[in-house]
Amino acid sequence: MSPPDTSRADSARPLNGAGEALLTVRGLKKYFPIRGGILNRAVKRVHAVDDVDLEVMRGETLGVVGESGCGKSTTARLLMELIEPDEGELIFDGCKVGSRELPLKEYRRQVQMVFQDSYSSLNPRLTIEDSIAFGAQVHGTPKREALARTHDLLARVGLDPARFAGRYPHELSGGQRQRVNIARALALRPRVIILDEAVSALDKSVEAQVLNLLTDLKAEFGLTYVFISHDLNVVRFVSDRVLVMYLGKVVELGEAERVYTHPQHPYTAALLSSMPSMDPDHRTEEPPLAGDPPNPIDPPTGCRFHTRCPSIRPFCATREPPLADVERDHAVACHARVPASGYHDDAAAVPDPEKITA
Amino acid sequence: MVDATQTATAPLDPVAAPVRSEGYWRSVWRRLRRDKVAMTAGGVLLFILSLAVFAPWIAPQDPLHGTMLMRLRPIGTEGHILGTDELGRDMLSRLIWGGRLSLLMGVTPVIFAFFIGSAIGITAGYAGGIVNTLIMRTVDVFYAFPSVLLAVALSGALGAGLGNALLSLTVVFIPPIARVAESVTTRLRSSDFIEAARASGASALTIVRVHVLGNVLGPIFVYATSLIAVSMILASGLSFLGLGVRPPNPEWGLMLNTLRTAIYVQPWVAALPGMMIFAVSISFNLLSDGLRSAMEVRA
Amino acid sequence: MLSYALRRIIYTAPVLLGVAVVCFALVHLAPGDPLISILPADASVELEERLRALYGFDRSYVEQFFLWLGRALQGDLGTSIASGRPVTTEVFRAVGNTLTLAAVATLIGFVLGCLFGFVAGYFANSPADKAASAAAVFGVSVPHYWLGMVLVIIFSAQLGWLPATGAGPGGSAQWRFDAEHLSYMILPALTMSVIPMGIIARTVRALVADILAQEFVIGLRARGLSEFGVFLHVVKNTAPTALAVMGVQLGYLLGGSILIETVFSWPGTGLLLNSAIFQRDLPLLQGTILVLALFFVILNLVVDVLQTALDPRIRR
Repeated sequence: MSPPDTSRADSARPLNGAGEALLTVRGLKKYFPIRGGILNRAVKRVHAVDDVDLEVMRGETLGVVGESGCGKSTTARLLMELIEPDEGELIFDGCKVGSRELPLKEYRRQVQMVFQDSYSSLNPRLTIEDSIAFGAQVHGTPKREALARTHDLLARVGLDPARFAGRYPHELSGGQRQRVNIARALALRPRVIILDEAVSALDKSVEAQVLNLLTDLKAEFGLTYVFISHDLNVVRFVSDRVLVMYLGKVVELGEAERVYTHPQHPYTAALLSSMPSMDPDHRTEEPPLAGDPPNPIDPPTGCRFHTRCPSIRPFCATREPPLADVERDHAVACHARVPASGYHDDAAAVPDPEKITA
Repeated sequence: MVDATQTATAPLDPVAAPVRSEGYWRSVWRRLRRDKVAMTAGGVLLFILSLAVFAPWIAPQDPLHGTMLMRLRPIGTEGHILGTDELGRDMLSRLIWGGRLSLLMGVTPVIFAFFIGSAIGITAGYAGGIVNTLIMRTVDVFYAFPSVLLAVALSGALGAGLGNALLSLTVVFIPPIARVAESVTTRLRSSDFIEAARASGASALTIVRVHVLGNVLGPIFVYATSLIAVSMILASGLSFLGLGVRPPNPEWGLMLNTLRTAIYVQPWVAALPGMMIFAVSISFNLLSDGLRSAMEVRA
Repeated sequence: MLSYALRRIIYTAPVLLGVAVVCFALVHLAPGDPLISILPADASVELEERLRALYGFDRSYVEQFFLWLGRALQGDLGTSIASGRPVTTEVFRAVGNTLTLAAVATLIGFVLGCLFGFVAGYFANSPADKAASAAAVFGVSVPHYWLGMVLVIIFSAQLGWLPATGAGPGGSAQWRFDAEHLSYMILPALTMSVIPMGIIARTVRALVADILAQEFVIGLRARGLSEFGVFLHVVKNTAPTALAVMGVQLGYLLGGSILIETVFSWPGTGLLLNSAIFQRDLPLLQGTILVLALFFVILNLVVDVLQTALDPRIRR
């Protein structure tokens, strides 16, 4: 095995998006076939992730938000190579994943994942320590050493190894299990951790504790996070940059505070205005997004959001808007927002969330 | 629930020996021990098994030799507590010895089928896709025959004999076990912990060994124990038809067959071997039921 | 729905082909030259060669298979070596008797099984449940050929109430619906019924207990529906599965009747198989098994499609 800590020092710099890309995704595409008809052929396809490009910067937390079914979790599994993409490539630290320089097994040592369901992500027949030590043993660490490191990690995530190492998952609470899952993700000394709704299933008080733990661990181990959640408040709290997905497409990507305060895409604006406000004087009066998201089996042509968009133009239904920068480190896929599209509108086209919620 | 683990107490000691929780199988055994019906069934099986194993020391007489002068004596005859058969052989001794072949014929096909069927089913379930389709469609073909028919057809074509009967029964029980193995493996395969294991870079073989087997072998095993009941009936049935063990060897199904002509002379002696088959079969069914509920308590 | 039925039928085709392959292979599994059983002991070499060519044994297995399949599709399953009559005739004469017996047995098993299952499910964990569940375990555990013997011992040998063997008076080979023939059917049908009885009782018990524990039933009761009304709801929810199990069991009994038919000398396919095996009448063995397996596959297909049509929870 390669020396584990050489890259750690430089990846530990706290960065706000301006660093270099650690993980680059190009043209990622995944359609799921829907079988039907007499011969059970693939008659239709769910456009789960459709031509996604993104970069995860070294040391940042990239938040990914969107409604359920927008392709967030599929993206996570594609990033992890748990499902094979139909198209697209992953480049990690300058090497193509699956190439000779970076075989899949080595890549998986560098990138780990924490799932939403803390119970089903632990083998019910293995003790906590065996579950955590498994990954290291796969990569050739002797059992004794792997177990010693496991106990270390348990202590690090706030679980007393003497009390928890020999227990089974069903004996732990949800928060404790999620700590175990985090410890398991850390066991391979990864550089990136993908958190797929990792705190969504937890009670609010436990969620806050686990989020704090994640923040501490990030600093301590110099980690990079991809933080996927439907909870806009949590994403704002943890993220350096935010990526907004809609029906398998990236619609907006930018520095977190900027996106939250000045959303460029009408979908982002609508999504943010639907957020329950903490301030009783700022109430959401009416639902800004009409109806359910369209079926990803037959996504709308052109801009996928045009069926629900408050500022729709005829042009939107036929031509797909590219993801383009509207300001520094802030990209959006909307004809109304991108000057080059020729349909650049004034700001009135996009409802200002402040005005709506006011 | 309050997550009371993030405590700022004394520094945690990573080398202290951890508290060991009760393992899964130990807890299954603890619950099974409380199940009176299952334990009784297990006791009956153990009793019959030890009779068979220690037959040479327990059986009062030679199971193969008798005298025609003493043929078809009723139950309670002096020297022959359970009477004698159509050739004057001691029924008690023959029933004790008969357990050897009957249990062998009933249990071994399921054991073989358990290993082969599990391997096939787990492979199909874990591999998925085209491999699954190919394997399971082949299994479906054998499913198109009722089990009795398939057993009779195979051993009928192969010819009578212990080996052929064992082979036919094994073939009969592989498809149902493979189906169960496939369905539990397929269900397990989508679990997040399997995904997590894949994400750690483990090979398919390692994942199956560490994460799949421990979770699927239990349910398959329970199913297999319930199949032993069927297998006992079928195996003795083959001998009953003359397709299994050959005379003069004692085997319950064969004894039932040869005594069939005697039902007007000594009806209750003739019915005895069937009681043994019934006892073993029902015991396996009850034990299997008990095992199933003992294992169901947690996922 | 129609698409599901069609797809199900298309799926059955490869299974049927597989069944044909297995049946064909049966003859070739048999040890020794298949011709030996046909050939007279003192046959000349020329006769042997002529017969070999006649039966196609000199061709490759694949060729033989398709020749055999082609003939089978036209209803020609060969000639019985023992009787010299066409296998098709022999099998279809016997299949009627087996079908009658199996259908009556399934019906008895269904009625008893539902009765026990409902009692057990309704009064879960009561003594009635224990008794009904014991009956179910008995049904699936008892060696039915032995049960047949015991019934013969009691009702024929001891009490002399019912005939022990055969399908009718004077060795009648064809069952008819009259009092005489009916008395011959009682014992074998009762014996045979314990298997579906046990399985249906278990299934129904599980279903009923499950449905009664569901919230919509509690809701029905809370809204003041009478016990009978609740019962009707339970019946409606149990029926599709129970009927499906019954259909599958009928198929099992058709193929699994060999042991019981042997005990009772019932002139059906089981007895036919038995004689085919002991006379090493391989064409007859092959033909009987093929026909029974066909029945089984088609029955399963029908049950599947019907269940899908009846049960709104199963889609497509």
